[in-house]
Amino acid sequence: MMTNHGKRLTQGQFSYLPDLTDAQITRQIEYALKNNYAVGIEYTDDPHPRNTYWEMFGNPMFDLEDPAGILLEVNNCRKTFPSHYVRVTAFDSTQGVESVRMSFIVNRPANEPGFGLARTEGEGRQVRYRISSYATDKPEGERY
Amino acid sequence: MQASAVESIAPVDPAAARTVNEVLAESQVEAVMDELEGDLVGLAPVKARIRDISALLVIDKLRRNLGLQAQAPSLHMSFTGNPGTGKTTVALRMALILHRLGYVRKGHLVAVTRDDLVGQYIGHTAPKTKEVLKKAMGGVLFIDEAYYLYRPENERDYGQEAIEILLQVMENRRDDLVVILAGYKERMDAFFKSNPGMSSRVAHHIEFPDYGPDELLSIGERMLEGMHYRFGDGAREVFTEYLGLRLKQPHFANARSVRNALDRARLRQASRLFADRERALSKHDLSTIEVADLRASRVFAATPQS
Repeated sequence: MMTNHGKRLTQGQFSYLPDLTDAQITRQIEYALKNNYAVGIEYTDDPHPRNTYWEMFGNPMFDLEDPAGILLEVNNCRKTFPSHYVRVTAFDSTQGVESVRMSFIVNRPANEPGFGLARTEGEGRQVRYRISSYATDKPEGERY
Repeated sequence: MQASAVESIAPVDPAAARTVNEVLAESQVEAVMDELEGDLVGLAPVKARIRDISALLVIDKLRRNLGLQAQAPSLHMSFTGNPGTGKTTVALRMALILHRLGYVRKGHLVAVTRDDLVGQYIGHTAPKTKEVLKKAMGGVLFIDEAYYLYRPENERDYGQEAIEILLQVMENRRDDLVVILAGYKERMDAFFKSNPGMSSRVAHHIEFPDYGPDELLSIGERMLEGMHYRFGDGAREVFTEYLGLRLKQPHFANARSVRNALDRARLRQASRLFADRERALSKHDLSTIEVADLRASRVFAATPQS
């Protein structure tokens, strides 16, 4: 199906690659810290592409020198939400930028059913499209 | 397959350092040690212990280069000593040395007190302590007056929670951070006695001795030099006399008291020069602490002048 290549969600950086190892995640976080980004960890079980704001796992981490602390939190989050999507975001607070510079998924559910595409006929021959994750048919917390 | 590429070390690397000198040259730790030796007056036992630790780390590095197993030693420390004996200064240097020898990855120092670790209500302490620990990772966490963490008189005190988290991290994340606990001797002893877990996880107990009068004088001179001042005629002798008297008074805080005394002398020097408005002041005038600036001290007033 077009919307579910290899049964994997593709959002953010590196999402077409195999899952990052802890060492690789550390290197990425190192880069973020070097550039003075504030690194945050977020999770969700509703991976709709328009669901921009995921739940934050703790506060974003400021003034850190070393990625070990963030990796610790990543692993805490994985342990708490083993079958949710977890991503690491790096926020750049430079004036004029003030947005997320990096975002990559570090944890995903074992089985990702992907998205369904629904077509609705409107007035005339107009067609409206709607996509929704198959998983979100179930209530929150039981999706994956 | 996974993280092995980063962690594993080649069995024997022919290009790796084989002699102590090579490791020292590579890490430039010698420069920091010499600075430590030169910049800090006295503190012989402290310097000796730091040399021991550095030696151990250098030898460990050599062992690793030859493919021998070298488990990272536990380097959590406790610095005990009276106020103003240089605990914080040495901790800063320690962070630098450990970084040069590759024991910690970043080599920064995070100095905290009870306030930064212990929360004010239930559930506040753990995240607060963890945040501080995260900040300190890759460097050195310096807990000043660590005995305040434990308040035996209040059994609901949240300090105990902070101690438990600290212990856990000190044990499990030994290669991520080094914890240095600092405080006055007696109270630290009591603290360790009531927290045996803490005591056993701290491998190095380093005692900072009080400074003698000679050492205080040379500390004072170094401070003045650093601020681009100098003693005028006879001022050095008066300062020696001042230190002798001040030593006998209560609340003497070693180097810190010396600094305060010099700061007050600078204040008096400034107002002395300020009073004489017509005079053209030379570089010499502006940088000299005169006898009168020191004599005006309260310490001399308390005792009858000879």
